[in-house]
Amino acid sequence: MTRTARPTGRTLQVAGAGAAALLALSGCSSSDDSSSAASGSSASASSSDELSGTVTVFAAASLKESFTTLGEQFEKAHPGTKVTFNFGGSDSLAAGITGGAPADVFASASPKTMKIVTDAGGASGTPATFVRNQLEIATLPGNPDKVSSLKDLTDPGLKVVLCDKEVPCGAAAQKALDASGIELTPVSYEQDVKSALTKVELKEADAAVVYKTDVYAAGDKVEGVEFPESADAVNDYPIVQLKETGNAPAAKAFIALVQSPEGQKVLTGAGFLKP
Amino acid sequence: MTELDGSGAATGPLKGGPRRRAARTGGGRGVPLPLLLPALIGLAFLIVPLIALLVRAPWRSLPELLTSAEVWQALQLSLVCATAATAVSLVLGVPLAWLLARVEFPGRGLVRALVTLPLVLPPVVGGVALLMALGRNGIIGKSLDDWFGITLPFTTTGVVIAEAFVAMPFLVISVEGTLRAADPRFEEAAATLGASRFTAFRRVTLPLIAPGIAAGAVLAWARALGEFGATITFAGNFPGRTQTMPLAVYLALQSDPEAAIALSLVLLAVSIAVLAGLRDRWMKAG
Repeated sequence: MTRTARPTGRTLQVAGAGAAALLALSGCSSSDDSSSAASGSSASASSSDELSGTVTVFAAASLKESFTTLGEQFEKAHPGTKVTFNFGGSDSLAAGITGGAPADVFASASPKTMKIVTDAGGASGTPATFVRNQLEIATLPGNPDKVSSLKDLTDPGLKVVLCDKEVPCGAAAQKALDASGIELTPVSYEQDVKSALTKVELKEADAAVVYKTDVYAAGDKVEGVEFPESADAVNDYPIVQLKETGNAPAAKAFIALVQSPEGQKVLTGAGFLKP
Repeated sequence: MTELDGSGAATGPLKGGPRRRAARTGGGRGVPLPLLLPALIGLAFLIVPLIALLVRAPWRSLPELLTSAEVWQALQLSLVCATAATAVSLVLGVPLAWLLARVEFPGRGLVRALVTLPLVLPPVVGGVALLMALGRNGIIGKSLDDWFGITLPFTTTGVVIAEAFVAMPFLVISVEGTLRAADPRFEEAAATLGASRFTAFRRVTLPLIAPGIAAGAVLAWARALGEFGATITFAGNFPGRTQTMPLAVYLALQSDPEAAIALSLVLLAVSIAVLAGLRDRWMKAG
């Protein structure tokens, strides 16, 4: 009896070690969180202006350019702080946060994905809409196919890509199409806005329906064509401080910067609309 | 019946496997704990996620989720494309494996390394590479488009190409290994009897390495069935044309995790059925 019992005890030990190894593997991104937690607690004790530590911001992929600029501004205004970003599809970011990913701030590309986090009780306070984004048609440079309206995209000779209906940019595109009664058969439903745009940048597709900000960020690799139906499908971008934050003062300050006139200037400069 | 079993057991020890295994299991208490425990944890690590899929499956709504036209469309497309990719791999991969195993030429080592590259390359990178080569603006694809009006991205053919690119190395490696293990003297004997090299390949080598080809084909087929990265990068995602099961799973996960689990179950079931049915050999080989 003892003979079997002893190995079992050791079994548990080694199993525990194995589980710890797995946890270590899966949690390699949590290293900067622990540092922010440590320095965050010291910061909260002192006055509001003495921010320090790391702020981890999970933000929609479309915010990449403008938030990177805002992060640099923030670090400059508050020496000793560091802003780290995780840009990605809002859905997967939300899934990551509800799954316990260490983050202080979440900025999403749609209220629907924000709701995933608030419903799970992950947010501290109510999300605030800080910008809005409108759709635009991205065409090849110089617009060789003379695309001037949403209706032009129904030309069977054109290869058009849309975002999949499951992701925010696709849902918005579908809304605009439905509102105008246009039926459009794309060659592909891409999994996010950046990959839809990439297909045009690579000249594999002739046009894509993407956000205005993405057309702007792509520079002269694509040409943007505005269309009136996009007004029916404007996306609100909410931002919120997360409950599990390890650095509440810095998280608050970063959100304040995003909503401040200087922050809004950066965002509208990237093509976003004011809320 | 018993006689058949007896003969099976009799051939076993000749290969050296089963007898040694029997000796080891006989001394089961002798398996050192530092080996056994990591092994068991490793096994659990690989199997528990699959069990979790079964546990979390929405069994009640499963029939409804699985009988939807979209799922059947994706499954059908997956099966057709994986089979076509395997056929392409067989037609091109077996001769390539033969070349690598039987013909001495300068730079053979390098060629072999290049052939295995797609095995370790992230599939997305494979998709990007395919776009650069065969895309509408690619180095070959541009001519295809200009001269013949053929464009491969966003087509079912594109899916087959992406899958074959990722799956063919599995076949080549498997067949090459079998060829190296097979005795070339049979081919030499055929040659002395007046057979041309191609005839010897067709009549002697092919039958000799048939099991290796079969194993490689199954491996390639299974890999093609699960292909995601290169497909979504090169062929895009359109239901009925380029949306295979892995793509459908990924996109369903964004809005309807239950549907994603249900789709995953189908893929899991198909994969297990294939491995169990065709790789019978492997299962017994242990």
